[in-house]
Amino acid sequence: MIAWFVLVAIGLAGASGVPGLFFARSSSAGERIAVGMLSSAAALALFAIGHVVISGAAAELSLSWAVPGGALSIRIDALAAFFLVPIFAISALGAIYGLEYWAQAQQQQNGRRLRLVYGLIVAGLAITTVAANGMLFLAGWEVMTLAAFVAIGTEDHLPGTRAASYLYLVATRVGTLCLFAMFALIYGSTRSFALVHMDWLTPGPATAIFVLGLLGFGIKAGVMPLHIWLPSAHAAAPSHVSALMSGVLIKIGIYGLVRTLSLLPTPPVWWAVLLLSLGGVSGVLGVAFAIGQHDIKRLLAYHSIENIGIILLGIGVAVLGRALHRPELVVLGLAGGLLHVWNHGLFKGLLFLSAGAVIHACHTREIDQLGGLLPKMPRTSILFLIGAVAICGLPPLNGFVSELLVYLGLFDAARSSQAEVWLAPSLAAAALALIGGLALACFVKVFGAAFLGHRRSNHSAAAHDGGGLLLAPMGVLAACCMVIGLAPATIARFLNLAVAVFGPVPTSSSLQALAPFSYLSLASAILLACALGGGALLARRLQSGTSAGLTWDCGYVAPGKRMQYSSSSFAEMLVGLFQWALRPKVHRERVPGFFPRPTRFASQVDDAVLDQLLRPAIASVGGWLNRLRWLQPGSLNLYLLYVVFALVLGLVWARGVHPQ
Amino acid sequence: MKLLQIATQLAVALLLPPLLLGVIVKVKAFFAGRVGAPLLQLYRDVWKLWRKGSVFSTTTTWVFKAGPVVNLASVLVAVLLMPLGTHRALLSFAGDAILFAYLLALGRFFTIVAALDTGSSFEGMGAAREATFSALAEPGLFLGLMALARKSGSVSLSQMLGPKLLDAWFDSGGALVLVIASFFVVLLAENSRIPFDDPNTHLELTMIHEVMVLDHSGPALGMILYGAALKLFLLGALIARLVTPISTGNPWLDWLVFVVAMVGLSGLVGIVESTMARLRLLHLPRLLVAASIISVFAIILAR
Repeated sequence: MIAWFVLVAIGLAGASGVPGLFFARSSSAGERIAVGMLSSAAALALFAIGHVVISGAAAELSLSWAVPGGALSIRIDALAAFFLVPIFAISALGAIYGLEYWAQAQQQQNGRRLRLVYGLIVAGLAITTVAANGMLFLAGWEVMTLAAFVAIGTEDHLPGTRAASYLYLVATRVGTLCLFAMFALIYGSTRSFALVHMDWLTPGPATAIFVLGLLGFGIKAGVMPLHIWLPSAHAAAPSHVSALMSGVLIKIGIYGLVRTLSLLPTPPVWWAVLLLSLGGVSGVLGVAFAIGQHDIKRLLAYHSIENIGIILLGIGVAVLGRALHRPELVVLGLAGGLLHVWNHGLFKGLLFLSAGAVIHACHTREIDQLGGLLPKMPRTSILFLIGAVAICGLPPLNGFVSELLVYLGLFDAARSSQAEVWLAPSLAAAALALIGGLALACFVKVFGAAFLGHRRSNHSAAAHDGGGLLLAPMGVLAACCMVIGLAPATIARFLNLAVAVFGPVPTSSSLQALAPFSYLSLASAILLACALGGGALLARRLQSGTSAGLTWDCGYVAPGKRMQYSSSSFAEMLVGLFQWALRPKVHRERVPGFFPRPTRFASQVDDAVLDQLLRPAIASVGGWLNRLRWLQPGSLNLYLLYVVFALVLGLVWARGVHPQ
Repeated sequence: MKLLQIATQLAVALLLPPLLLGVIVKVKAFFAGRVGAPLLQLYRDVWKLWRKGSVFSTTTTWVFKAGPVVNLASVLVAVLLMPLGTHRALLSFAGDAILFAYLLALGRFFTIVAALDTGSSFEGMGAAREATFSALAEPGLFLGLMALARKSGSVSLSQMLGPKLLDAWFDSGGALVLVIASFFVVLLAENSRIPFDDPNTHLELTMIHEVMVLDHSGPALGMILYGAALKLFLLGALIARLVTPISTGNPWLDWLVFVVAMVGLSGLVGIVESTMARLRLLHLPRLLVAASIISVFAIILAR
């Protein structure tokens, strides 16, 4: 019964863009219907999830399906429910935001298409999450993946957008290929596509399934160095789609990885070490690349890679706990990783939406073209600031809670006396500390350059806060960031249930027993009280005796706004320190003589993995493959013939292998 | 009795910090052959600044005023988490060491955005340096904490620096020496002391912390000065306890040991400042990376 609620919600979300197709391009009825359908889908789904959490029992449903090996069997356990919450909640908030940000009246060319695929992304994500059958999982996966391709290419009249969406498509094809291979291996081992525990699996196939899953899901999640599609895709998509993609869509890769790991037998320690290493690399290099960016949305996209790294660190601790049979590590690591999935969805959604509000007002994504927005967009600024504090993992907001859980897991694991066990968590904790420091550097840079100081160009001259439809969804996300930060105990039960997919958890190592949630709330409350009290005290003291003046400029009488420290100058030292990975491109002209003429300076950090590693490699392989070009003459009927040919060959081969 | 302990602890934590900066100044004056400012100068400065008027740049917004307030608030909460000598922290739980580090980061976040709020390129420079160097100092601090956690079996500062510290010295003193060395570098970096930053320099271009607060005046500047003293006190307390792992059994004698250790540490900072030049800006990351690597050795030794 409860499963039907979710099915109806999926149906509503998936069809949310369809009614709009029957209205005129100029009509805004379609977008309102879509928002209504997505909101009611969210309400239905959240009700069902609430039931799953309160009852503690998974909801199941199984229907027959004509696809061979497939079954319409869905299972909503606590883990699936945990991922369904951001899928439905953030998509509904994004749709409300879209009413103003991508209003049909202004975007008649692509508004209806965007809404159609937006709903399909949500439905695909939800199907993937609840699927209890490999075929259904892949079907949902492909719906979501291909719909996202169309959504990224919303503004396909821009060449950059077209390039970004094709890059995304190519990357996802590789990822899906890995997942096909993974599910084929699972089928080979279990003779069924049902997603069941495979405790009896020998290490060989288990490792193969793990590695294929890590590749396939890692590409979707944007794990460095598989992240190549992510920065440009997030920058090219409309902001509410970026919020959905960064906050929710890439997490489906994490869901797939956690689900697959939960089905596999007890892992060896090196899986955990691999996950911790990947997490550390993604985290540190993700934020290092972010620091070098000039485009606010590309910068936020690189932070998604960083946060996926933090989530992987949590999962790595959990896998280590499983390998060593230490349930407290499983609980701390997995709860930290999963909570960070939510938290990242919340604050990254908030940041993308508020960055979208800035782009909406200023018509530029260049951080160094903004500046001085705080007095003009006071509400958007404070919302962005909340998101920035949260993403840096600072107390008293939600990012700190999940990072603390991961830290506790890492510190706990590092107390082991075996060298192969303690070294990786120790270094991972140092990496997490470095990530925190660098993220702070990056977000003070963005907030300072875009919102503070003087305006740097005329782009922000007429900027003002957006309407309620832009602000309300951001306000909801910011409020969630604060609630989880101030009262983390509220979600402890949900996390405990979700963590149990990695095996039963004894009550002595439940999250409430391991994590200092009440102390954390107390410390946060004291912090807030001190800040508010200090603020009130200072405000009272400043009521008299204050005067206005100019910013101190060493006696220079005519400071100009172009003399401000730009975001690139702020980042220059850190970009230099990470030069070995970032490979920044600097264009600098010589400055000759005593009274030089005007000169130019430009610096740019492109994706080094894509430009320096993959493109040359693909070019050389591609040149070699050109010899097979005659197979691909561009005629459709020949391609159909290939398909028939391959099918017949497959049937013949299958008959030879399994004669009936 | 319990109430008296809490009151003593709060009084020491809130009243001692400005004295430490006075000690540093005196030691530096001694080396330079001067008399130097009085020991209690900072108390007078803070009190005087609190009663003064202030000038605000027309560029600044509420963020500029929020900077000192949030910084002071986060340092004050961090005071609750730090054990002083043999005395447990007022608030201690598993993971308080991490909260401690992140509270200092929260203070830094708001100090930096307040600096950027002025739109001054000097303050931008200082902010960029502060953000860069403190990011590089984080791994050193956390690896040092990791070594202490491995030794004590806990992620709580009060346990790490608790009664078992003396056993830890006998057991793996080498690790603790390395941790102390690494924390001392972190202390100098986080508090903008020589060789990272010269608090007495007069050229805006070369400053780090001082230039970030260039535009603050009056009560807000007082809050900043007091917050900075508290921060030095907190990181100093971490090192002072590691150096004096003993417990006399008498709480008042323990307080004396603690205060002497803190004054001694301030003297050491003063000696470092008097005998060293500040390093070239571009060489600072190497020192911070070295501190992290020292901590890794400490982890290896802490069994």
